[in-house]
Amino acid sequence: MTENTRDSDTIDNDAINNNEITIEFKNVNKWYGDFHALKDINLKVHKGERIVICGPSGSGKSTLIRCINHLEEIQEGQIFIDQQELAGSEKQIDNVCREVGMVFQQFNLFPHMTILENLCLAPVWANKLPQIEAEKIALKHLHRVGIGDQADKYPGQLSGGQQQRVAIARALCMSPKILLFDEPTSALDPEMIKEVLDVMVELAESGITMICVTHEMGFAQSVADRVIFMDVGEIIEEKAPYEFFNNPEMDRTQKFLEQILSN
Amino acid sequence: MTNPTIFVPKPDREAPAQAKGFLHWLKHHVFNGWFNSALALSLIAIIALTVPQVIQWAFIKATWVGDAANCKTSPDGACWSFIAAKFRVLMVGVYPAAESWRGIVGALVLAILIITTITNHLKGKVLIVAWLLLPVFGYWIIGGGFGLNEVDQSSWGGLMLSVLLALVGIIVSIPLGIVLALGRFSGSPITKSLCIGFIETVRGVPLITILFMSSVMMPLFLPPGFIIDNMLRIQTGMIFFSAAYVAEVVRGGLQALPKGQFEAASSLGISYPKTLYLIVLPQALRHVLPPLIGRCISMFKNTSLVIIVGLLDFLGMIKSASLDSEWLGFETEAYVFGAVVYFSICYSLSRYGAHLEKSDPVLQK
Repeated sequence: MTENTRDSDTIDNDAINNNEITIEFKNVNKWYGDFHALKDINLKVHKGERIVICGPSGSGKSTLIRCINHLEEIQEGQIFIDQQELAGSEKQIDNVCREVGMVFQQFNLFPHMTILENLCLAPVWANKLPQIEAEKIALKHLHRVGIGDQADKYPGQLSGGQQQRVAIARALCMSPKILLFDEPTSALDPEMIKEVLDVMVELAESGITMICVTHEMGFAQSVADRVIFMDVGEIIEEKAPYEFFNNPEMDRTQKFLEQILSN
Repeated sequence: MTNPTIFVPKPDREAPAQAKGFLHWLKHHVFNGWFNSALALSLIAIIALTVPQVIQWAFIKATWVGDAANCKTSPDGACWSFIAAKFRVLMVGVYPAAESWRGIVGALVLAILIITTITNHLKGKVLIVAWLLLPVFGYWIIGGGFGLNEVDQSSWGGLMLSVLLALVGIIVSIPLGIVLALGRFSGSPITKSLCIGFIETVRGVPLITILFMSSVMMPLFLPPGFIIDNMLRIQTGMIFFSAAYVAEVVRGGLQALPKGQFEAASSLGISYPKTLYLIVLPQALRHVLPPLIGRCISMFKNTSLVIIVGLLDFLGMIKSASLDSEWLGFETEAYVFGAVVYFSICYSLSRYGAHLEKSDPVLQK
């Protein structure tokens, strides 16, 4: 593994120009029935920061990021996005969530619409953009993820990697300030993972705030500003990537890294 | 690393020539094993015994023109002149002859609508609005009012009445059924239990009972002076009956939709009602198209039950025509004609449904 100079810095001296906090978790707790899924989560994400969350399955990492765009409700604590609390009426919550885009493990494209229609749907129906303008933006983002020539096909006619790139473009069409990735490459064939990761790396360089739940440790090492390790609903360790991979503090983290890196 | 060996793919070869021809097909698909062979032989025997007789009766020895006396001279053949003589009655019942053109205009409008739909000349919203307007147009052209002479409902009948009842029933019950399904699907416990209550009550009762209720008992419950005519009451009963079944069919489609579709819509900031309209319903309805066509077919056949509340639909007219003292003894012909008409309509519907399924790019996966 090659050492990345930026990674050796500690979190507090991180090379983030702006110290503005975009996402803040304050003592967040969540239960599914009797199951305690998130335990006293406290987390601050700065503007433009790129965070990778990893951990074994069932550790609560997906739940954590799904709370950020209110796909999951929390029972205790507060979540702030750009200083606005994620609470109140449905309309208030919708307004806050508008800044957050999400990419799912299973892509979740709308199978009954063409690629272009998938991309234009939200700008036209939620943002009231004229169709022509929405299409212009859609095509721009499609070209950005490298599939501008597939606009009139249906999702079922594309490969998994292409579908996931369409899903990323679809999220970008709403010009979000924060982009969440929930295991974006876990459902892909090995040969297609790279094309999606390449798009994500390109996005990371553009300065958007990114939180990725992923097992792609190479991606974490080269792109992340901070790696968060979770297990049993708690944040166990958070460190800059170099520190995280070479100097993990907790035994639980060491065990996880041994397992995941031995493959 | 050593220099890799360059991989050269093998050239494609043609598929091996397969044994072809009718004999090969017979051997491998029809007489492959004792069970299939026995089945095939008995089928051939049944066809050999029945089909020649049917052809004799229906075509070779049949009487095509003339009156009952002509038919009696050939007792082994069908008497199609009976159908010709009763054709008007079978089609429109005792609808006044001077107004018969209205039935023809209605049929023409329906035919144009069907043809433009099948050939994809009508699309999207125009298509839906055109079909939703059809019930209003149907009741106007047949019943009159707004510039047309009113025709009393007791004289509506025949195939015209069957098609009217079925079409209006289907067209109104599908949106109503969708609303009921969405209500049952919704989170609100009150809406949910109201919809479940309606659906389960209606589905727990035979259609005949519903027809009786709407024809005989509903007037007893209505406030005095508030009169809904018989036809409309029966039509309402049929709509409610069909809507309950459509609701259950649509619910199946709603439940089959992955949760990720809702999550994706929500994460894009699309509101819940818009998600239902733009994402959920288009997919759910596509997936329940085959059972929905099935509902349409059974709705059309169910119209024949209105005979028990005194309406003379197509089947009712067949029955009354075969009781005509001038033409006694030809009910077989009448019922065969009825079966052919019912079958052609239902089979066409079924074929159109299959065609829709095949031609939809979204269902081609």
